Amino acid sequence: MDKAEWKVLKEIAELEKVPQGAYNFRVNGQLDDRQVTANIDIVSKTDGKPGIDITVKPGTKGESVHIPVVLSMTGITDVVYNDFYIGEGADVDIVAGCGIHNTGCETSQHDGIHVFHIGKNARVRYVERHYGEGPGTGERILNPRTEVYLEEGASITMEMTQIRGVDSTIRDTVVEVAAGGECVINEKLMTDGEQQAESNVEIILQGDGATGRVVSRSVGRGRSVQVFRPCMTGKAGCFGHVQCDSILMDEAKIKSIPAIDAQSVDAQLIHEAAIGRIAGDQILKLLTLGLTEEEAEERILEGFLN
Amino acid sequence: MLEISHLRFDVTAEDGSGVEILRDISLSVDDGKLVVITGPNGGGKTTLARAIMGLNQPTGGSIRWNGRDITNLSITERAKAGVSYGFQQPPRFKGMKVRDLIALAAGKEELTPTEGCQYLTQVGLCADDYIDREVDASLSGGEVKRIEIATILARKAGLMIFDEPEAGIDLWSFARLTETFENIHKKGDSTLLIISHQERIIRLADEILVIEQGRVDKHGTQEEIFPQIMARTLPGCGYMREGVR
Repeated sequence: MDKAEWKVLKEIAELEKVPQGAYNFRVNGQLDDRQVTANIDIVSKTDGKPGIDITVKPGTKGESVHIPVVLSMTGITDVVYNDFYIGEGADVDIVAGCGIHNTGCETSQHDGIHVFHIGKNARVRYVERHYGEGPGTGERILNPRTEVYLEEGASITMEMTQIRGVDSTIRDTVVEVAAGGECVINEKLMTDGEQQAESNVEIILQGDGATGRVVSRSVGRGRSVQVFRPCMTGKAGCFGHVQCDSILMDEAKIKSIPAIDAQSVDAQLIHEAAIGRIAGDQILKLLTLGLTEEEAEERILEGFLN
Repeated sequence: MLEISHLRFDVTAEDGSGVEILRDISLSVDDGKLVVITGPNGGGKTTLARAIMGLNQPTGGSIRWNGRDITNLSITERAKAGVSYGFQQPPRFKGMKVRDLIALAAGKEELTPTEGCQYLTQVGLCADDYIDREVDASLSGGEVKRIEIATILARKAGLMIFDEPEAGIDLWSFARLTETFENIHKKGDSTLLIISHQERIIRLADEILVIEQGRVDKHGTQEEIFPQIMARTLPGCGYMREGVR
């Protein structure tokens, strides 16, 4: 990888060198580097589809897998299928994410399709950052699809962040939670200029004691447009909470359509959604601390999306 | 020294008529003094305090701080000149932690654990419990209010204005708070203007300023003004007299 590619890698995975543990770097649609461990295996798919299968042995604790994707060639469309098989009782961190450095005038696009099969009582923390940069006029497009199947007592925490430089994104996330399982999604999104972002999240709470929580925070600036459709379905004695908060600036537009769908009398589901400009009294408070208006806005947004 | 001269603040009512909120207020406060501003609701106390911070732009008159005319300075410029103001109803910030807000107030990137503890203890909060909490709706009104006061302590400004610091605070924390004001006052590095109706705070004052109907009704030493306030409050109410009978 060259300097620009490492810079992108730092943005999306906070990596300055190859990480500890298992990893798979994909650059411009090709395998760049890979490491496996005694407990975590990564193999390229053999069914003709681009992508990898990641298998974590049951009981694996405290290990991590980094699978970043970098696109630095203009005009490339990279579609990748990554399947994760997390063994019973495992406890692992998975750091994914895609960064596009587009220097040309053609569109660069990455569509990552991730499917997680998470075994009984296993725990996964999944971090996914999306980022775009580059002086070119070509669009930077990211359309991820993430499917998660949690077995009994299994849990996943997903941190999904897209703060800068992605012109267009359609993000689909579907999670099925079995009895006693838990899914927490923290989504952070900021768009600017003419960017467009759409996020569809569906959590289906299948079994008793399943819990689901979606906390989505977004900031729309410039003339950007965002649409959120988080939906929580409860099919048993479960608890689900959807919370969408957005700050609107300039001429941006944000549409938020949270839905809760109770199919069991024991399902407890809540949704909250709010969109509004930065509160005037927040700005005033920070001005009285000696910040300028621009600094105050930045600090408020930074906290909001922290 | 704070010098306010012929300060006016007018607003236009819905029917287009003018309403005078502050009518020709003049006063001066020497460095290091603790002045309690009191008076009936709607008399103009908060408007006066906000005008000093620049949150309300007066329609006439001038405000000088340390010899400099700050009447037309922005809020940010006044803050940098050493004016600070604790809001009566402080805002909440989703996602911003107590440590971030206090660090911003202290003008630092990060707080050391000792600093965090120092400011929060002074308002009766335990740093371990609060420093990493978000300043959002999960905090009670009294907690947010005390964090607000901690931000003013962290600023260490030459002029500290507190707008009803006791409002929403429980009795135990209130006792701690009065000690804090007393300590700041003893140090003598800051001039304190405290809008308050609480006797315990009024008792700390060097001077009392009574603002009523947009005017300075009384301004003098605590010894001089406090008995006048008490004399007016206790027997002044007809219902209370009836009740006594």
